[in-house]
Order: sequence, then C-alpha cells, then structure tokens
Amino acid sequence: MLTLPDVIRPGARVDKSKVTPSRSRLTTALLYVAMILLSAFFLMPVYVMVVTSLKLPSEVTLEQMWQLPRHLSFASYQTALQKLGPHLANTIYLVVPATIISSFVGSLNGYILAKWRFRGADMLFTFLLFGMFVPYQSILIPLINFLQAIGLYNTIPGLILVHVIYGIPITTLMFRNFYAAIPESVIEAARIDGAGIMGIYTRIALPLSLPGFVVVGIWQFTSIWNEFLFAVSITHSTQQPVMVALQNLSGSQIVQWNVQMAAALLAALPTLLVYIFLGRFYVRGLMSGALKG
Amino acid sequence: MTRLSWSRVAPILLILPSVLAIAVFVYGFIGWTVYVSMSNWNTFVPDLSFAGLKNYIFLFQDYRFQSDLRNTLFFSVLFIGLCLFFGLAMAVLVDQRLKGSAFFRNVFLFPMSLSFVVTGVVWQWILNPSTGINLLLKALGVDNPPLWFVSTRIVPAWQVGKITFGLPVAILAVVLAAVWQMSGYAMATYLAGLQGIPEEVKEAARVDGASSWQVFRLITLPLLRPMTVSIVIMLIHVSLKTFDLVYAMTGPGAAYVTDVPGVYMFETTFRGNFFANGAAIAVVMLVLSAIVTVPYLLSRGRRDLFDVDVT
Repeated sequence: MLTLPDVIRPGARVDKSKVTPSRSRLTTALLYVAMILLSAFFLMPVYVMVVTSLKLPSEVTLEQMWQLPRHLSFASYQTALQKLGPHLANTIYLVVPATIISSFVGSLNGYILAKWRFRGADMLFTFLLFGMFVPYQSILIPLINFLQAIGLYNTIPGLILVHVIYGIPITTLMFRNFYAAIPESVIEAARIDGAGIMGIYTRIALPLSLPGFVVVGIWQFTSIWNEFLFAVSITHSTQQPVMVALQNLSGSQIVQWNVQMAAALLAALPTLLVYIFLGRFYVRGLMSGALKG
Repeated sequence: MTRLSWSRVAPILLILPSVLAIAVFVYGFIGWTVYVSMSNWNTFVPDLSFAGLKNYIFLFQDYRFQSDLRNTLFFSVLFIGLCLFFGLAMAVLVDQRLKGSAFFRNVFLFPMSLSFVVTGVVWQWILNPSTGINLLLKALGVDNPPLWFVSTRIVPAWQVGKITFGLPVAILAVVLAAVWQMSGYAMATYLAGLQGIPEEVKEAARVDGASSWQVFRLITLPLLRPMTVSIVIMLIHVSLKTFDLVYAMTGPGAAYVTDVPGVYMFETTFRGNFFANGAAIAVVMLVLSAIVTVPYLLSRGRRDLFDVDVT
C-alpha cells in the first residue's frame, strides 16, 4: 500500500530515463481524441454563429441549421450593423475613457499600497477588495437615485463614472501585485536622492508600468465591453451600449436568426480579437483572482 | 510641515479618494439598500416609511422567490460541479504537453472573453428544441429529444411550501451554456496549480512504484485543493449574482422554471416599481454571497491566492 510520507521525498535521486512513463501511442491518440472532442464542443457555437450569419434569410430554416450556406450573403451583417451601429459607438465612448481612467486610478492605489505601506494599509486593502465581491444588485437602487440626482442618469459619462468606481478594487489589486515586484532598493535609492512620493511614481514606477497597464487595460476593456447589468439599468434607448442593444434584438421575436447571429458576432468581435492576439495578458488578469461579469 | 511627516500623510491622502468612493458607493449604498428593503417603497413615488421585515416576509412566502431559491440551488450545484470536473479534466489534458496543447488550452478558455449576453443569444438558438442540438440527437436516433429551456418538468416533484421542489429540467439548458462559458476558468486555475507541483515529487512516487493513477489521486489531487476552494468560491459568487445569461437566454420561463433572484430583482424593481421588494431580494443575494466570500477574504492564507504575479 502506498502512503503519502513514503511518496513525497523531494530530495530523492531520480533516474529520469527509467521512471518517466513513456506514453504508448494508444494513450497519446486517446488524449488527442479527448481534446478534439472537447474543442468541438467549445467551437460549435462559433460554427453556428458564423454559418447562420452568412446565410440568406430563406436558407435559415430549422432543418438546415448545421448546413453550410449555399450562397454566401453578408446581408445579415448589413442589417445587424444598421441596428447595432450607434450602440457600438456608445460602447466605444464608454470603454475607452473608462478603461484609461480606471487603469490610472488602480495604478496610483496599487503603487501606494505596495510601496508606501502605512499602518492599516492591509486593512484598507481588504476594505477595498470587498467591493469586488458584492453582487451589484445590492447597490443598484441607490446608484440610480444618485445618478439621477447629479444628472448623469441615462448618459455614457454616468456609466463611465460607475465603471471607474466599481473598477477600483480589481485594478488596485492587480497593480498592487504588479508593483510588489519592483525591488524596494530602487524606491529607497530614489528616496535618498530626495524624490517624493509623486516624483517616484511619475519618474520610476510609471515608466516601469507598461506590462501592468497592458494586463489591467485588457481586463477592464473586456469586462466593461461585456458588462450588462449596469448598462441595462442606467441607460435606455439611444444611450444603450451594444450588449443591451443585442439583448433587445434577440428579445424581439420578429428578428431573424441570421441577423441575431451576425449581431452577436459583431458585438463579440472586439473582445474576441483581443483574446486571440493578446490572450496571455488576459489570462494573467484572470489569474489575479479576478472574477467579474 | 516637515518632510518626514509629509511622507507619512501623503500616501493616505493619495489613496483617500478611492477609499471614500468605495466607502460611499459600496458600503454606504449597501446600507441604503438595506434601508429601502425595510421601507414601503413599492410604488412609483418613493415612500421611505418604515415597514420592518414586511418585504422579507412577503418574499419568503412568494411563489416566484421560492422558485428562484430552488433554481439557484440546482443551478449552482450542477454548474460548479461540472465546471470543476471539466476544468480539471481539461487542465490535466493540456498539462500533458502534447504538440498543440497551447492551441487546445486557448480554445477551452476563449468563451471567458465573451459577454454572457452573446452566450445567451447563441445558446438560445442552439438549444431551440425544434433545431440545433435536437437535430443532431434525432439524427442519432433519439426519438424524444429534450425540450431544453422550454420544458416545464420538475423532477422529483415534491410539494414544498408553495412550490414544487426538484430539479427544473429547463435549468439544464442554462447550466450547459454557463459551463461552456466558465469551465475554462476552472481549467486555467487548475493548470496554474498543476504547473506549481514540482516534478521531483511525482518522480519520487513513481520510483516507489506508484501507478499514474495513484500519483494523481494521492499527490496531485490533494495539492490542488486550494485551487478547488478558490474556484468554488468564485463560481458560487458568479452563480448567486447570475442575471445576464438567464435574462438573454430564457427569461423567467414558464412558472418561473428558469428564474433567478437577479432577474426577479431587476424586473420587480425597474419594470414593476417594487423598489422595496427589489432591495430585499438584493440584500438576500448579498448575504448569501457574503457567507461565502467574507471568510475567504479575511483568512490570510487564502489571500495568497490573490498574490499571483501579473508581470
């Protein structure tokens, strides 16, 4: 019988060639079959989206869902773009400033919490982090009253404000971990040279921050682009971001499936492209304990 | 002010705006929501007169809210269980480092970058009982394919309170879409865990004659426990606040078979003007979520999980 203490002997000398299990061809083949089957499951919705969106309305029937289009048609994209266009623009007006502002706020907070630790800094950090784990339904009613009172209800600037504020916990967390990696000696040397807290931030921390900004920026871009609850509660009609418009489109039964699929693909494309080309930065954001959305 | 004391005050001053913002917009607003939940504001015109626990008593006797709690229970258990299972399986597969592993890993993870609204719209089409998956099932010879989210069946049908208790079959459609989207998260977390296990530990076990399965069960699995804890907590949080996926995919469903507290809260507050009831639902969601996340956040050991290097 195998017991744990027997097994774990980190110092044990190991002859690698003897013990590394040589995988049989059969095992390798089975592993590939499993991965390919799983991939089919994950890619199937993409296939359905693309195929359906490229069909003529007459070809979009229940029986022919899985078939390739006989005639390529981009008409559904034209219709989808007509309906979503202004809302795509709203989302861009929302996402770009919100991402930039919240990245800078997180950067400053993270810098302070990592490099200028004061008494109670850890407690303050936990205090901020809680904001990440709150179901936003529990702040929604006061939030809307507040936005109405300051005249930002049903506006994109209102949504920007909301995303900057509720982005504080996650951006601070990510940047705190990022700045923790800058050696203390670098900061100390600058301090001895007479640089102050802001001087060190602008001249030393910020120039080193590009990788941090990439990770946090991609994370915020994706989260804010995809966000729905705030968007649907705070805006209506012409002010709505693209995800709300997409949901409205699919909610109306008269809109055909090819248009819905084209619209879904259009709305998903920006974050999808970011994932395809900058995926490893997105995964780093994901692994810093983040889960919103 | 001397330089020394300035350098003590400056960090606090610089972080103060964010702290105040969170104090007001998170903690203050939660307090305000709790206050609203104990008021009579179930009308278009605000009425903040005190109502005690009236709205909570109403909710827990409400057919729709009881259905929501049932649905959330079954949804959470299935969604989290399947994400853990598939996440671990995919992590182990990818960790074999066969040629092309990176491609498969990216495929398993890509739905994470999509909006729940997109997922909902697409899966609504795929699980439409007259086409999609059922077309494939019929081709495979299944005569009575499932009705997916259109089904109103609940198994087993026990009468509890006002509702029929059991698994609402329709919720399986939502579970499927949610697992499609989120199991990659479990995979990525497990993968980070697997890659942190020193190879020598496993080698040593093999020298002692352990089979691959024994190495996995007695070494790998126990060492992955912190990952499992972190995934479960994150996914409980996700499932308790679920709104967009259900709202985009199925809505409340017939007899509320796919309704969840998030959807009820939104509809009753912003479509029905029952602000106090909506606030009470939100408070119940917050409390359920806090039971899980607060101990996690406060325990220092768990905090280490947040300290993943983002460089």
